[in-house]
Amino acid sequence: MLLASNGCSKNSETNTSGAGDGDSLLIGEIAPMTGSEATFGVSTHRGIELAFEQINGSGGIKGKKLKLQTMDNQGKTDEAALAATKLITQSKVIAILAEPTSGRTLAIAPLAQRYKIPLISSSATNPRVTEVGDYIFRVCFIDPFQGPVISRFIYATKHLKNIAILTDMKSDYSVSLSEIFESHFKNQGGKIVAKQSYAAGDVDFKAQLTALRNDKPDGIFIPGYYTEVGLIARQAKELGITVPLFGGDGWDSPKLAEIAGASINGSFFANHYSADDPSPVTQQFIKDYKSRYGDIPDGMAAMGFDSAQVLAQALKRAENFSGDAIRASLASTKDHSGVTGTFSMDANRNPSKSAVMLEVQNGKFNFIAKISPKDL
Amino acid sequence: MVEFIQHIINGLSLGSIYALIALGYTMVFGVLQLINFAHGDIYMMGAFVGLFSSRWLGLAAHPSLGSLLIAIVCAMTVCALTGYLIERLAYRPLRKSPRINLLITAVGVSLFLEFSGQLWLGADPKFFPEIFKFDGGLLKWGDIVLNPLTLTVLIISLSLMALLHILVTRTRLGRAMRAVSFSHDHAALMGIPTDRIISATFMLGSALAGAAGVMVGLIYPKIEPLMGVLPGLKAFVAAVLGGIGNLTGAVLGAMILGMSEEFLVGYGSSAYRDALAFAILILTLLIKPTGLLGHGKVEKV
Repeated sequence: MLLASNGCSKNSETNTSGAGDGDSLLIGEIAPMTGSEATFGVSTHRGIELAFEQINGSGGIKGKKLKLQTMDNQGKTDEAALAATKLITQSKVIAILAEPTSGRTLAIAPLAQRYKIPLISSSATNPRVTEVGDYIFRVCFIDPFQGPVISRFIYATKHLKNIAILTDMKSDYSVSLSEIFESHFKNQGGKIVAKQSYAAGDVDFKAQLTALRNDKPDGIFIPGYYTEVGLIARQAKELGITVPLFGGDGWDSPKLAEIAGASINGSFFANHYSADDPSPVTQQFIKDYKSRYGDIPDGMAAMGFDSAQVLAQALKRAENFSGDAIRASLASTKDHSGVTGTFSMDANRNPSKSAVMLEVQNGKFNFIAKISPKDL
Repeated sequence: MVEFIQHIINGLSLGSIYALIALGYTMVFGVLQLINFAHGDIYMMGAFVGLFSSRWLGLAAHPSLGSLLIAIVCAMTVCALTGYLIERLAYRPLRKSPRINLLITAVGVSLFLEFSGQLWLGADPKFFPEIFKFDGGLLKWGDIVLNPLTLTVLIISLSLMALLHILVTRTRLGRAMRAVSFSHDHAALMGIPTDRIISATFMLGSALAGAAGVMVGLIYPKIEPLMGVLPGLKAFVAAVLGGIGNLTGAVLGAMILGMSEEFLVGYGSSAYRDALAFAILILTLLIKPTGLLGHGKVEKV
């Protein structure tokens, strides 16, 4: 049972030349291309790839082309750290785009900070990520915003006062979002009637759901990732639980409805973007993505695209391609017109962005509401 | 009270899956004194065979008990063959070697199955199609809910266990298996082809694990190449708890493990869910190493 030794991480290299070498700029990407959050990795990767293709197509950065080196961390934290070390010390990337999940970004960030390589996370929402240091950026909202968005939606819009929480205790994202949600929900006057937990990788949640069911909640908040959420939704229905389920951006995957089937219909989650957003930038992106990959992009793809674009614009503005110059340029990102909104980097390297609430119905995510930081 | 009964039902369902896998461990230990660590991965193969046979035979288009049974039969067949091959190629050549060699080989086979599975099938989870559906909805007694799927799996598992019991106690093959697990040499002296009986034991155990794999795929639709690791270990603990080598013990141990896990997670914290199995293992080995139903073997010097 010696599973401590992990196999080689799969990685696809499009170029192995060093940073700023010749006519290309090497950017590293670390993503969960396989494993339980595989759709996050694949979607984010496609968003980045599309952005790079468009930028290279219109001349690149100061005449140089962007080259992407992608490493698959298989959904494992130690593989992510290994990939980061390889990209920084061996491949000598000038910046890293990683990772869609908070837990693994937190594993990579200290390395990037130590080696002074700027890192942009597409969708890690745990507040601690950017606290690692001034080389760490993100292009998504953070949980101190996401939690209250969902909490307000449940309490003030859906008028549900008694909520149970089911947390993935192996995920930094889930743990932080649960805590923030709980304190905000209680402040509004709501009650958390029960709290249960599970571990990512579990397939059986009947014990926790049975215990939750006993406390008669009006709704269940499940701030986890789509693979487990899908199974939880199924088993909840099998146990006769009919109250609506709520979640955060970890639900955003085309596989969610596939795993959950009809059991997830009528549930809601917060996300970074909705395909129904009428903004012209968004719709153009959806069109380009669809013609390139054949599917409508999900939130992860949109965030990947924005993270790549933010990096590219920063590279254009930077004095040179050293870590410090790129960092300074990223920090000065202002009013970037992205697919997921127009935003600027604040002093903590987090952008101020809106969230959307989506409802799941028959495999589709329907737009319900958009909430901006000003609304809270 | 309702919650308590619901937990019992959930626990029995969990336990019956562990039981099917534990039976394989215990049977192989009985005839070879070998803990076949690759057994958990046979269970994983069963789930994947179920997945692929459902796809290739189009079973998902006709969800019914028949489809489920076809998938189970396919999985049992392929797993039995795999079990036979593993025994022939990896274990039989080492029959005369020290037991530690066999043990290490078993670990090697296990790793081989897991990682070739990952290489060949991809490390991301696949989703088992719904090859059996119950249109009548859930069965309810007041607040207690029983998913007919779980009930079906429980019935199929118990039937398989009953069939195994009949085979072992009422047939010639069963008698031969019991003879071989008592002593190879004595059985050989009585004219029993030990090699063939050992192969048959492996095939039976693997078939049961394969069936378990399909049924688990049905109730917990997420399957992946490493899914056999933890259930394999837990089934091993269950077999030890009940008394390794003892069939009834394996089932008893598995039910106890399934229920304790369910109650721990339901009333306590799910953080210790997996640790419970290993705590039970340690306690069993400390207090009664022969297990609940096992007897100590007296070695006369």
